[in-house]
Amino acid sequence: MFTDFYYLLRKKKVPVSITEWMTLMEALSQGLAYNLDDFYYLARATLVKSETYFDQYDVAFQEYFKGIEGPADISEKILEWLKDPINRSNLTEEERALFDKMDLDELLREFEKRLAEQTEQHDGGNYWIGRGGTSPFGHSGSHPAGIRIGGQSRGRGAIQIAQERRFRNYRSDLTLDVRQVKIALRRVRQLSRIGTEDELDLERTIDATAKNAGDIELLWTRSRKNAVKLLLLMDVGGSMEPFAELCSLLFSAAHTSSHFKDFQYYYFHNCIYENVYRDVETQEEVATDHLLRTLEPDYKVILVGDARMAITELTERYGAIYYYQRNDIPGVLWLKRIADHFTHCIWLNPEGGSFWNHPTVSMVSKMFPMYELNIDGIGDGVRKLVSKR
Amino acid sequence: MANSDFDKFRGSVDYVTDEALRNAVNVAIALQKPLLVRGEPGTGKTMLAHSIARGVNKKLLIWNIKSTTKAQEGLYVYDTVQRLNDSRFGDKDVSDIKQYIKLGKLGQAFISEEQVVLLIDEVDKADLEFPNDLLNELDEMSFYIPETNVTIKAVHRPVVIITSNAEKELPDAFLRRCVFHYIEFPDPTLMEEIVRVHFPDIQSNLLREGLKTFYLMRGMDDLRKKPSTSELIDWLQCLAAGGISHDRVLKEVPFVGTLLKKEVDYDYFVARYMNRQRPGRKVDAYQMLH
Repeated sequence: MFTDFYYLLRKKKVPVSITEWMTLMEALSQGLAYNLDDFYYLARATLVKSETYFDQYDVAFQEYFKGIEGPADISEKILEWLKDPINRSNLTEEERALFDKMDLDELLREFEKRLAEQTEQHDGGNYWIGRGGTSPFGHSGSHPAGIRIGGQSRGRGAIQIAQERRFRNYRSDLTLDVRQVKIALRRVRQLSRIGTEDELDLERTIDATAKNAGDIELLWTRSRKNAVKLLLLMDVGGSMEPFAELCSLLFSAAHTSSHFKDFQYYYFHNCIYENVYRDVETQEEVATDHLLRTLEPDYKVILVGDARMAITELTERYGAIYYYQRNDIPGVLWLKRIADHFTHCIWLNPEGGSFWNHPTVSMVSKMFPMYELNIDGIGDGVRKLVSKR
Repeated sequence: MANSDFDKFRGSVDYVTDEALRNAVNVAIALQKPLLVRGEPGTGKTMLAHSIARGVNKKLLIWNIKSTTKAQEGLYVYDTVQRLNDSRFGDKDVSDIKQYIKLGKLGQAFISEEQVVLLIDEVDKADLEFPNDLLNELDEMSFYIPETNVTIKAVHRPVVIITSNAEKELPDAFLRRCVFHYIEFPDPTLMEEIVRVHFPDIQSNLLREGLKTFYLMRGMDDLRKKPSTSELIDWLQCLAAGGISHDRVLKEVPFVGTLLKKEVDYDYFVARYMNRQRPGRKVDAYQMLH
């Protein structure tokens, strides 16, 4: 029964195993689903084990039980388009001004209005894209699909629920929140025995007790603590503006993760030269040399930036985009020094991998293993950070 | 199990559910598989187990997981130190090992004369390998105690509810054996129902204004920690207890500290919202809030 549905789910990258499929079959044979709505929830509860796959499940369900591609696909493309900061940076000054005018309530109302129009008319494409340039959605990082329209979700058919695709926000390949990043960063750990002796050393206790002819003697050892020190270097240059929110997520996750032995962070503009900045606003400078001198090579380094700049900025003396940064040494050498000094460095790029064929991006990625700044990317990067060289 | 047993759980008087959740609970009960519940903190994961126990009229056993919890502790603990001690002073018959075996929560649930609901709370707090260590025990609902050569087998398979905050990824093998439910954040209509369960007498306008403020706050993407259901309930209680009239709620947001727990969020909210609401009266807002 529904075997094609199983393969469709697998095709949509939902990790469904035979065990789970058999569980569903068992449930069906017990008559636990009376109608399609029951089936929707039953199959989801038994087959899908993480909310990050709910969206793919919805897509598959829709496709299988309706047999046609729903309008959701069109709207997704539009939403994608709106979300993409690159598109946003193409806006004219005038259009940009529109962004700042609308407040949250207006955004909500406007969104609901457009969404309603879209499902009713299905002529969305032109209207959405046409107006898309001035569309406020995506501003301040608000996720358009995330705005729920209250009070409608109950008592409706399964296909409608699937069509609504409310779980799009939970997909791990798309979105980030502080907590998710923290979970990813939690893997950056190397345990070593430090601190006071507060853990019972069983082996030695048994030995000592035996030697004492059974008179118990307790021996203690130091407990294992995380020894990882983290250095975060973030690009706050102009082309990074659209990603400011994303970067601040990463920053607050790292900042509030208490499990690092030490955590330091500095900013730079486009590329690293003689100085990095301790604070974006005050531009308080710290010599890059100072970092290289004072921080041991075992600091784990995460660099964040789009690595996108004019080639001269990277390779030339005095190439820095800001005239006051008269750099005697080209940026590429500074980057090289960092890569050479620290044993574990990664570069997180908020731009998707498809944009990486830019000359400076590929130069940088030759020095630092580069990952996308999303949950999957951070996860891969973190594995690189704790791996042995 | 007969079909009539399905739909056992319909929520209880003090816990409001939606269709998906009721479905998942009943599937888990019917298939006798553990129910894994995930969701944002404060969406009532732990409360669910209490509600299920009440709903199906069974005793609830709670096994709270901490970062130091080992799977073995849920089955049984062999108190060797006590035995060693006793052997030195000759108080008891130390050859009777049984008296040093103490059953954990899972063991207790197995030997219980009647079916119980077992809540394994915050399973992701424990070590990464923790869920794997319980696979067989949860599958077979039995375990073996080598010290006494006894097999403990469930008299009645307990209804197992497992909650997780998604702090750690759970192992696939473990997930495969569970029925999964993700508690979504309630929409305003459901939320109203939930609040009414807690405060049947709350004034309608107060509730309406409170919810409006609450969802407005949840809509702010820049908050580090968004307020959750349990915070809303605390806050409404404050409002009701403080005798705040409904027209002040949205305008002044009294007791905002019950909703926003982080200083940055608090500052952000005051700067972004309060000042826009009441231009030129910033000082008053601060005075009132502190």
